[in-house]
Amino acid sequence: MAIQVLMPALSPTMEKGNLSKWLKKEGDTIKSGDVIAEIETDKATMEVEATDEGTLGKILIPEGTNDVAVNTPIATILADGEDASAAASALAHAKQEKAAESAPPATEAKSAPAPKEEAAAPAAPTTAIQPDPEIPEGTEMVTMTIREALRDAMAEEMRRDEDVFIMGEEVAEYQGAYKVTQNLLQEFGARRVIDTPITEHGFAGVGVGAAMSGLKPIVEFMTFNFAMQAIDQIINSAAKTLYMSGGQMTCQIVFRGPNGAAARVGAQHSQDYSAWYSQIPGLKVVAPYSAADYKGLLKSAIRDPNPVIFLENEMLYGHSGEVPKLDDYIVPIGKAKVARVGKDVTLVSWSNGMTYALKAAEELAKEGIEAEVIDLRTLRPLDTDTIIESVKKTSRAVTVEEGWQQSGVGAEIAARIMEHAFDYLDAPVARVSGKDVPMPYAANLEKLALPSVADVVAAAKAVCYR
Amino acid sequence: MAAPKKSVAPAGQATSNGATPSSPPDFTRDQEMHALRDMLLIRRFEEKAGQLYGMGAIGGFCHLYIGQEAIVVGMQMALKDGDQVITGYRDHGHMLACGMDAKGVMAELTGRKGGYSKGKGGSMHMFSREKNFYGGHGIVGAQVSLGTGLAFANRYRGNDLVSLAYFGDGASNQGQVYESFNMAELWKLPVIYIIENNRYAMGTSVTRSSAQTDFSKRGISFNIPGEQVDGMDVRAVKAAGDRAVAWCRAGKGPFILEMQTYRYRGHSMSDPAKYRTREEVDKVRHDQDPIEQVRNRLLAAGVTEQDLKAIDAEVRDIVNASADFAQQDPEPDASELYTDVYR
Repeated sequence: MAIQVLMPALSPTMEKGNLSKWLKKEGDTIKSGDVIAEIETDKATMEVEATDEGTLGKILIPEGTNDVAVNTPIATILADGEDASAAASALAHAKQEKAAESAPPATEAKSAPAPKEEAAAPAAPTTAIQPDPEIPEGTEMVTMTIREALRDAMAEEMRRDEDVFIMGEEVAEYQGAYKVTQNLLQEFGARRVIDTPITEHGFAGVGVGAAMSGLKPIVEFMTFNFAMQAIDQIINSAAKTLYMSGGQMTCQIVFRGPNGAAARVGAQHSQDYSAWYSQIPGLKVVAPYSAADYKGLLKSAIRDPNPVIFLENEMLYGHSGEVPKLDDYIVPIGKAKVARVGKDVTLVSWSNGMTYALKAAEELAKEGIEAEVIDLRTLRPLDTDTIIESVKKTSRAVTVEEGWQQSGVGAEIAARIMEHAFDYLDAPVARVSGKDVPMPYAANLEKLALPSVADVVAAAKAVCYR
Repeated sequence: MAAPKKSVAPAGQATSNGATPSSPPDFTRDQEMHALRDMLLIRRFEEKAGQLYGMGAIGGFCHLYIGQEAIVVGMQMALKDGDQVITGYRDHGHMLACGMDAKGVMAELTGRKGGYSKGKGGSMHMFSREKNFYGGHGIVGAQVSLGTGLAFANRYRGNDLVSLAYFGDGASNQGQVYESFNMAELWKLPVIYIIENNRYAMGTSVTRSSAQTDFSKRGISFNIPGEQVDGMDVRAVKAAGDRAVAWCRAGKGPFILEMQTYRYRGHSMSDPAKYRTREEVDKVRHDQDPIEQVRNRLLAAGVTEQDLKAIDAEVRDIVNASADFAQQDPEPDASELYTDVYR
């Protein structure tokens, strides 16, 4: 029977890709290991190798097709003696099978994006986002991915200030491990876009030293999991020196990179450091959710005279959102945003936690509970006022975070609500968080370890006594 | 310039691993007088700090530099204005050598308002942008990466300044030191790594802690030239410093100087010093004291005891004034608790 070649997943978080080129044509003989096609994702261009031998029977997805969902059949390989009609029946069979598995063929993909597992990667629910009062009315909006928003923010700041540069692993020639620094090397050159060796502790220290000398480094960690190697320099050198020097030694530096769980990358690559960094006086900690905030807050972070930890989320890199088309779009650090207005319960979250919070708010609305959703955006300084103002209105609060519960950001928020709005509370504050375990690898366990929309809905209903 | 004669050659074909030549170039009389004065200032300052510690006026940790004075004084003589210095927590000598005011340093030791860090840093954490002194760091080895970053900034700006990163034989076993070596050579950063080998990392002798006790060779696998220097002879330090500075200013990358020295006092004030004998300490003091060496040379060259006493007196006045100030200056205002956390 004809063998189906499926659209491969080329990274842990890849959901779709563009079939940019076929390197074999129908009727060609294929040997195992032959490169048969090129696939382009938002991160990289990759080659597809045949894993079976035979003849390329039918190309099901023509080259140049965009947004082909992972696992979609893209071609058939015929064993000796088979003909193309076998391939056609294989296709029909595949269509049925794949429809059940929720990966629609590419031709349908554009109008109906592939449904995704809620826990892992819901689509950015832009419709639920409140208009940002900071954006002047009538501003033209541009849709871009968060990855592009970050890149644009850095490029704009590097154009603006010669002292700003970026260093990190694979930021230059490779164009960024997650393609966040794409084209920066081409525009700014190797002097300002610097590939480092794999040496987190060392290059974090070099960055801090350069900052003490007055430069404004952006230090990219391939993930914040690796920054644990560098955390001494971040905290002992970057965060404390201004104080220890009686105000003499400044350190204008941004440490940025993906933080928290990606997908199926195991315990050592999935930790959320929100609580760790948010505990440190001397640091500012930013963790945005929307594309516009990613851009505006990164620009603020680069200009901020203090060391800023800029926590990104790999699951969000490919998500698109509207970003105001302004010459200099800045979002102030330290200001939370009411992302959805409601009166019955306050959901407080940030970064990818907003994905659950906003989805949950939609679910709750169906049951007549109007949730107000606060996107903290900055974890230090924490915008207590916005939280308290909302809780005074709703009298109920649920915190949502991917990190662990003990000594987490949710615990801090709950304490502040108790300190500032105790008399307004009609129920104890509830915390939804990652479970108290290292991140498991198995898909089902990983899903269980992360917070879910259902968790948030249940917690919100519990504090509403419903 | 050509590669230094006694350097550990980059490709590892080093033949010599002994100390620098027995007779470094002579100092002029002015240089000798300058070196004597600055070394004496450090020694008397440290002795006074030790006294104040004993009186309870200085708290916490206090690491004295006595015995190692020739290193910072000699190196400083090889620098030009704008070159940066960074070190660990045995830092009082470096600050004084950089020209920082003794009063401000001593007042920081006593935790007073007029200290360099307003009393918020203490013995291990002082800085002076004006004098290009970048601290004062309490985590062993951290200053090596930071000092490499200072050099990175010089390179980025395209100036010809050099940064000096001082650290000890103990810090030489920290991982980030080698991460820094790698980047410094890779990017040809103008940084001089000065390893002050005083033979003991706290209480552990180099032979008990280091597989390679010739620290000048610690850069070989990165192709960084290194040199062992008699760190008790200020002339040898200055001469080695000149070679290293020239190497860096010429854009050839980093350079390692292992300064062979000795600390007379304990690791910190609370060190019982059971790891070495009294005789060992006395022998170094008697045979190699960096200050006595200069003093003897000056006397042999015809400088009078009277002239030397004048220097002693000047130094004592500075130190006494600093001690008075450090004890009379008020503690920082309580409102300072919350300042300087953010800018």
